[in-house]
Amino acid sequence: MDIDILRQIGVVLGSLAFLGVCWWAFSPKRKKRFEEDAKLPFADEQETLDKGARESDSTTEKKVGEKQEQGQDK
Amino acid sequence: MTTTVAEAGKLPDYDYNIVRQFTIMSVVWGIVGMGVGVLIAAQLAWPALNDLWQPFTNFGRLRPLHTNAVIFAFGGSVLFATSYYVVQRTCQTRLWGGWLIPFTFWGWQAVIVAAAITLPLGITSAKEYAELEWPIDILIALIWVAYGLVFFGTIVKRNTSHIYVANWFFGAFIITVAVLHIVNSIAIPVSTWKSYSAYAGTTDAMIQWWYGHNAVGFFLTAAFLGIMYYFVPKQAGRPVYSYQLSIVHFWALISIYVWAGGHHLHYSALPDWTQSLAMVMSIILLAPSWGGMINGIMTLSGAWHKLRTDPTLRFLVVSLSFYGMSTFEGPMMSIKTVNALSHNTDWTVGHVHSGALGWVAMISIGAIYHLVPILWNRKEMFSVKLVNAHFWLATIGTVLYIAAMWVNGITQGLMWRAFNADGTLTYSFVESVIASKPGYIVRWLGGAIFTSGMLLMAYNVFRTVTDEPKEGEVGRDESLPVAKSV
Repeated sequence: MDIDILRQIGVVLGSLAFLGVCWWAFSPKRKKRFEEDAKLPFADEQETLDKGARESDSTTEKKVGEKQEQGQDK
Repeated sequence: MTTTVAEAGKLPDYDYNIVRQFTIMSVVWGIVGMGVGVLIAAQLAWPALNDLWQPFTNFGRLRPLHTNAVIFAFGGSVLFATSYYVVQRTCQTRLWGGWLIPFTFWGWQAVIVAAAITLPLGITSAKEYAELEWPIDILIALIWVAYGLVFFGTIVKRNTSHIYVANWFFGAFIITVAVLHIVNSIAIPVSTWKSYSAYAGTTDAMIQWWYGHNAVGFFLTAAFLGIMYYFVPKQAGRPVYSYQLSIVHFWALISIYVWAGGHHLHYSALPDWTQSLAMVMSIILLAPSWGGMINGIMTLSGAWHKLRTDPTLRFLVVSLSFYGMSTFEGPMMSIKTVNALSHNTDWTVGHVHSGALGWVAMISIGAIYHLVPILWNRKEMFSVKLVNAHFWLATIGTVLYIAAMWVNGITQGLMWRAFNADGTLTYSFVESVIASKPGYIVRWLGGAIFTSGMLLMAYNVFRTVTDEPKEGEVGRDESLPVAKSV
């Protein structure tokens, strides 16, 4: 076989592999699963402390939100 | 930290001892490697410094010592520490491997000491970034196999169903570096400290730069991206921007990098099509590189304010900016016509250091500042102000360094190819050397500033580790903020 044919096959196969990976990663079916997987680095934090940190985080965020609303009212 | 985990009741007793050892040695070797770098930068500005202790302090002997020390001693220790840490935390299991684990530590330190002795003695195989002679090469191969066994053994016994993306990058790095090192180092020994490469001529050059460029691609890029995918989300307190993008990033990056090595051999005896292929693949490489950089930086979206107060996070994010810069510069320099100007000039040196100081060292420093308080059960570093000072020293040092090399590189490239109307060269070589002197002094200054930041880090780490813990510090969890500056 001519080496140019082999090269063309290579390009086509490479492109298909890339499109395949994109399709696999971005298909809506797997979106939820990957969102869960992304949280893996936080999964082994100690529960009580972790929870405490998150709660204090959300309260500060709430307060910031309230302030902004008040500002808009005025 | 192990006590904390034990108290939690369900989490494994992580092996932090090996992580601590490699973390400390990464600080030590960072200072040694960069210190030698400052010395050889000074030698280029003031050549009399070559004569400190001839022939051992000759630039030609110290330069490989510098590159080996910063890449394999400093970078390698950082990678051992972070990969052993990340693989345990994200697989929720203790490191597998028994005696293989300390073997990787003591073996790696032995390799570094052997390099520090043989290179100044002039014992070298003369392959760039693979200068060590065959007995040391064999030891490296053994350690690397042990490293692979420990890493993948830990993944096999994981308690999570998914293998987190950082581990994919670390895994690709371990496998590829094993293949690169073994293939490129095959040689015929003629005595204990002398061997000849098994390859000849152009083939030898191509295999060397297939090795050399993928040392950049997998040792200095993929593995440090593994650091990014764990430490940036952890320090920012939120998951990575797009996990789906990280998957495409991984496969695209590892499948394209392996083709790019030929761009080191433009206009050489390498077949023209091989050069063009390397150029095209290098340009395509911009896409996955920037995909990964954007994924890392966008992880901070909605949390940008943390950059104001957290110098550790700033190290991690600014390293990504330098990564973006140097992965734009690289593809550009791989274009043959640009390479005709940049090749063999200081521009190449500047490009390497934009990646080495700005990306590799900065993300390593960020990871170390994240790790040290966790590994020694402290709330935060001894002095967050010093972390902040280190950040500015590192940034200013890097910018001075690369700006000086850009100016020098373009000056040299233009002077070397300037012709008179009658076809003779406008400048002699030594005129370009004289024109480079101011740049050499600025580069030395930049490097010295960067290294002084490393000394601050050493002091900060020393105090964090040795000071008596403050009240309530033992048993803290790392979910608490690690560094808050004033």
